[in-house]
Amino acid sequence: MTRMNRRTTRALGVLAAGALLVGLAACASAEEPASSLTDAGAEGVDDGSTLTLWTRAPLEKQAKLLVGAYNDSHENQVELTVVPNDDYVAKVGAAAGSGGLPDLFAADIVYVPNWVEQGLFQDISSQIDGLDFKDEINAGHLSAGTLDGKAHVLPFVLDLSMMFWNKELFVEAGLDPEVAPANLQEFADAAKAIQALDKPDTYGTATGLNCGGCLVFTWFPSMWADGEEVLSDDGTESMLASDPAKEMYSIWKDLWDSGAVLPSSQDEAGPTWTAGFTEGKVGLMFYPATLLSSTPFDAGVAGIPGPEGGASTFVGGDGLGISKDSKKAAQAWNFLNWMMSEDAQVGVLAKNNDVVSRADLANNEFSEKDPRLVTINEVAGAGDTPVAINFQQAFNAPNSPWLTLVRNAVLGDGASVDADNDEITAVLSQ
Amino acid sequence: MTATLHTTASPAAPPDGPQSRRLGRRGRRGRRTHGALAGWLYATPTTLFVLLLFVLPLVLVLQMSGSDWPLLSGNQGVNFPENYSDAISNRFFMDSVVFTLKYTVLTTIILLALSLGLALIVQESSRWKGLLRTSFLIPSALGLASASLLFYVIYSPIAGPFADLMTSWGFTFLGTPDGALWSTIFLIVWRYAGFYMLLMLVGLQGIPEDVYEAARIDGASRWQTFRDVTLPLLKPTLALTTVLCVTGSLLAFEQFYILTKGGPDNSTITVVQLIYSVAFQGPNDLGVAGALSVIVLLALVVINIAQIRAFGRKVED
Repeated sequence: MTRMNRRTTRALGVLAAGALLVGLAACASAEEPASSLTDAGAEGVDDGSTLTLWTRAPLEKQAKLLVGAYNDSHENQVELTVVPNDDYVAKVGAAAGSGGLPDLFAADIVYVPNWVEQGLFQDISSQIDGLDFKDEINAGHLSAGTLDGKAHVLPFVLDLSMMFWNKELFVEAGLDPEVAPANLQEFADAAKAIQALDKPDTYGTATGLNCGGCLVFTWFPSMWADGEEVLSDDGTESMLASDPAKEMYSIWKDLWDSGAVLPSSQDEAGPTWTAGFTEGKVGLMFYPATLLSSTPFDAGVAGIPGPEGGASTFVGGDGLGISKDSKKAAQAWNFLNWMMSEDAQVGVLAKNNDVVSRADLANNEFSEKDPRLVTINEVAGAGDTPVAINFQQAFNAPNSPWLTLVRNAVLGDGASVDADNDEITAVLSQ
Repeated sequence: MTATLHTTASPAAPPDGPQSRRLGRRGRRGRRTHGALAGWLYATPTTLFVLLLFVLPLVLVLQMSGSDWPLLSGNQGVNFPENYSDAISNRFFMDSVVFTLKYTVLTTIILLALSLGLALIVQESSRWKGLLRTSFLIPSALGLASASLLFYVIYSPIAGPFADLMTSWGFTFLGTPDGALWSTIFLIVWRYAGFYMLLMLVGLQGIPEDVYEAARIDGASRWQTFRDVTLPLLKPTLALTTVLCVTGSLLAFEQFYILTKGGPDNSTITVVQLIYSVAFQGPNDLGVAGALSVIVLLALVVINIAQIRAFGRKVED
């Protein structure tokens, strides 16, 4: 009897496993009624649908706030999935190949041109044209997502690189805590002055010398501040061997050789590149503005200067668009439309000390309380976002030629900048 | 799996006795077809798993390796043999092959020598046997990715326990190519020594005591016993551990992905890491990544055949 039972159980088990497999296949065909952008109207549809949204970990805080505020005020509910930064491209790629992208997904703005070209986002240009504040939306993000005159993404979270300095350490080193270093050389001098305090565990500056993304984010603005370009207009040629660029590398090399740079910067691949400054152990550094609200001490903020002076910023962060696989495009547009509204921009982002992505909202009740936010919003207008199809491979990848260039120029003898720059161009023009 | 299937299968066949003889022709034939059917049924789950989880992906990779297949837009048609020439002409291909081989040789030698040593210690000492065995084995309970993360923190010049030491000595564990290589090897040895020690122990315990007794009577020294008795009789175990260790090291990925990301200055890129970066970090080209995978697969088959040949046919026993 027991024997019989055991056999039956086993047979049932096999049957159940088979049924599961069939069930998985069947699942895919059972769908809710689809909606497309044509029935979206100006506001989109808010009918209690469940939307899915993917973003990468560095923007988790902002994404959670936005999604939470939307869910509280709308019938539609957004399910947020936060993916580790390094796995994001792989996850999106796998989903894109199998038609399993979420309704909405964010993309690092430097990858957006490539992803738009690959057709991962739906064309939302007629919806964006319907917004009466269209011209106030951050132009860098919009143009990164525009292909053949069709816009595909809206700015989700803006991340700007700014020069931050620790006012307390500035005072100790005899520097004026209210005046920002005016050019890259003054930046280096301030770093050396703080290093000269010889405080244990305290360094002049820090950066991520093994992190292509960090270096793009914090060093490109030094070129723009001088009115230089880093890439040709079509994004296939690297111009990072110009004389101002070489001057920038040599200032950094001098800083590194003088010992005023946090030693772990040499191997810093990204995860902890801002930690030293946040802990108050670094005097001044080029730092992401999204971390303003989590910087516990009094910090000064200004745009990133170039060798000659000026100020600029890298308008980074993520763009958000409706995926090609979304069956609820009208509902997804409802989220995007709300995201650009004053409620979301001021009531959520500005309230949390984040940068708004509409110029007409740059001065708001929250920025009035903190003049640093005004500075950030002003510099944002003067910033830039580089556009290149092969950006990831040329700059962000752990084995990118850009990383080779910087490491040779700063940690090495600095003699191979021209050859290394040609290597970047070779990758960009593939 | 096979054992459980077997125990349930045998009682199902009726015992030979007067009763079964009375069943006659028809019954016997029915039983035979029934037996064959049952056999097929028992084999089906395994066959299904092999087909679904091994053969199918393999076919897919072969197809990928011969197609133009960008990560984000899917299959774009045939691209053979360009994928293979692209794979070989990748600027990190030779570097990664050389580095992987270097890493494999170092890891295998260190790991096997150390684990054999540990096994001998554990076997010799009677009093601390349990404690020693457990303490060597504990790292094996940690997943490789978790272990790598643990060492990432230990090696970290900011958060790690050796941060001060590193500042005063002016070096970092992962800062130089050699440092990164040896730091990773240390992690792997720490993580796997216990596991290989266990395999060695099983091998050692399989050597009969009377052979050692005979050696003692012949007046063999400790070293002679080890060289002429232990080592030859341990050959099947050594073959097994070598094959495991070489294959594992050639496919090294997690430890380098987490600890070094191929750095510093692209000095620690293993072959599998190259596949990953071609597929997901930059070129996003599954076709070339597939071609690299097929090349690695073929190399592994050849290397494993060579190893098994070299150790004689004892592995199969």
